[in-house]
Amino acid sequence: MPGSEWLKNHPRLLETIYRASQSVLRLLYPLLKRIGPGWTARVFVWSEEVSKGYIFNCQMCGQCILHSTGMTCPMNCPKNLRNGPCGGVRQNGHCEVIPEMPCVWVQAWQRDAQLGQYSGEIQLLQPPVNRTLQNSSAWINLLEGVDAQPASGWASIELEEMDSASV
Amino acid sequence: MTYLNRPLPDRYQRPLYPNSRLERVLRSGRFAVTAELNAPDSADPEDVYRNALALAEVCDGINATDGSGANCHMSSIGCCALLARAGYEPILQVSCRDRNRIAIQGDLLGAAALGIQNVLCLTGDDVSVGDHPEAKRVFDFDALHLLRTAKIMRDRGVFLSGRKLTTAPRFFLGAAANPFAPPQALRHLRLAKKIEAGADFIQTQYCYDVPMFKAFMRRARDLGLHERVYILVGVGPLRSERAAEFMRTRVPGVHIPDAVVDRLAKTPKKQKRAEGIQICVEIIEEARQIEGVHGVHVMAYRQEETVAEIIQRAGILPRASAGGRQGARSRARLQE
Ligand code: SF4
Repeated sequence: MPGSEWLKNHPRLLETIYRASQSVLRLLYPLLKRIGPGWTARVFVWSEEVSKGYIFNCQMCGQCILHSTGMTCPMNCPKNLRNGPCGGVRQNGHCEVIPEMPCVWVQAWQRDAQLGQYSGEIQLLQPPVNRTLQNSSAWINLLEGVDAQPASGWASIELEEMDSASV
Repeated sequence: MTYLNRPLPDRYQRPLYPNSRLERVLRSGRFAVTAELNAPDSADPEDVYRNALALAEVCDGINATDGSGANCHMSSIGCCALLARAGYEPILQVSCRDRNRIAIQGDLLGAAALGIQNVLCLTGDDVSVGDHPEAKRVFDFDALHLLRTAKIMRDRGVFLSGRKLTTAPRFFLGAAANPFAPPQALRHLRLAKKIEAGADFIQTQYCYDVPMFKAFMRRARDLGLHERVYILVGVGPLRSERAAEFMRTRVPGVHIPDAVVDRLAKTPKKQKRAEGIQICVEIIEEARQIEGVHGVHVMAYRQEETVAEIIQRAGILPRASAGGRQGARSRARLQE
């Protein structure tokens, strides 16, 4: 889409916008929720579809990890990979499945290196996608903390790792 | 803090999963050999055993592919169960293309109960390259979710959901690596992430470009990854320059330098096959010298009969084999 490619190639700028909008929403959301939670959710979903849809071709997975993927939406990968590129990337850096599309993970890795605060987060191990959050507002899920609650089996091993890292 | 700057756990500190013969070979420091079994398009177990026999003479483990290239074949779990029953050492391949997390975890338990101890966790080729391009692609998990979930089942004795298992499986967990696909300069980071997710061993994509592989291994060593995981380099014989051309254009993720294709093109027709085997032997000999390479994984698509010759000529024999009775017999034959 016109403009969005330019934006995506300036991930540092997007990161700034991301952080700014997050603080604004953090302030506004409790108020809006008090006024009308159902209405707020609808407005959020709609504005995400429009804004993130335009910039990132957002697929509304409801658990946004853009800042950990160089501000490139991993759900555009036809295999829905959340942890890096598959082995099928073509020698020209394009996708195995859609030959005319650059592999989103090749782009993500390049753009991650350009980020500020979040640079390097691409190395985090992302949990499996919670499919029940599809088409809900990632902003609300973030503010409510529901997007950061992996299945309890997954969480158990993360706790163990933190223990072993601290000793 | 990420796992990249955390002190590395030594791979010898992990408990030994005593049922995996493959792990014992790797842990002993012996150069390991695994090979890929092409799953038959057949309901006859003999077709599996016929292919396996040619490999077992020289291998420490046999991979049964899971719908490789997104084509329909006998399932990996079916092949592996047959192999385990006959005393071979199977390596189950699980791809994320066809099954969701419910099916995958159920299959893992079933596999363990059938005596399968080694699991290779893969993303999987896309349905569009196979013989059923109109199929639904699943990809509920990615390869790292799969690895980590298998590890959770093994180490924590629970499903991903947290529900308890009565008996946990004891898997030796593997993953693939493709040092030859873009972005080559960052592929070692993907390897690091797979180790973090739970990989105990790695089998790489076909290596035809040794300098590129060396560069990958150097970066992996800089992060100390060769101390944390066993790396088996993938190799395979090429029949002709036409086969090479087909593979590098049609099979996802295969990179073959022009020099290799040219070398085959210059070879007289009758000797092409032998030349392909020769190239493969040379690559093994070279890759074996690289620090951090612990074994070789031979993928000889529809040429299982060449695997024994390749291994023998690369000078890796004599060795204990993956087979039962036949192993001893064929070893004696090879040493004659
Ligand atoms: S090549 Fe890249 S975008 Fe295409 S399926 Fe693989 S990881 Fe996804």
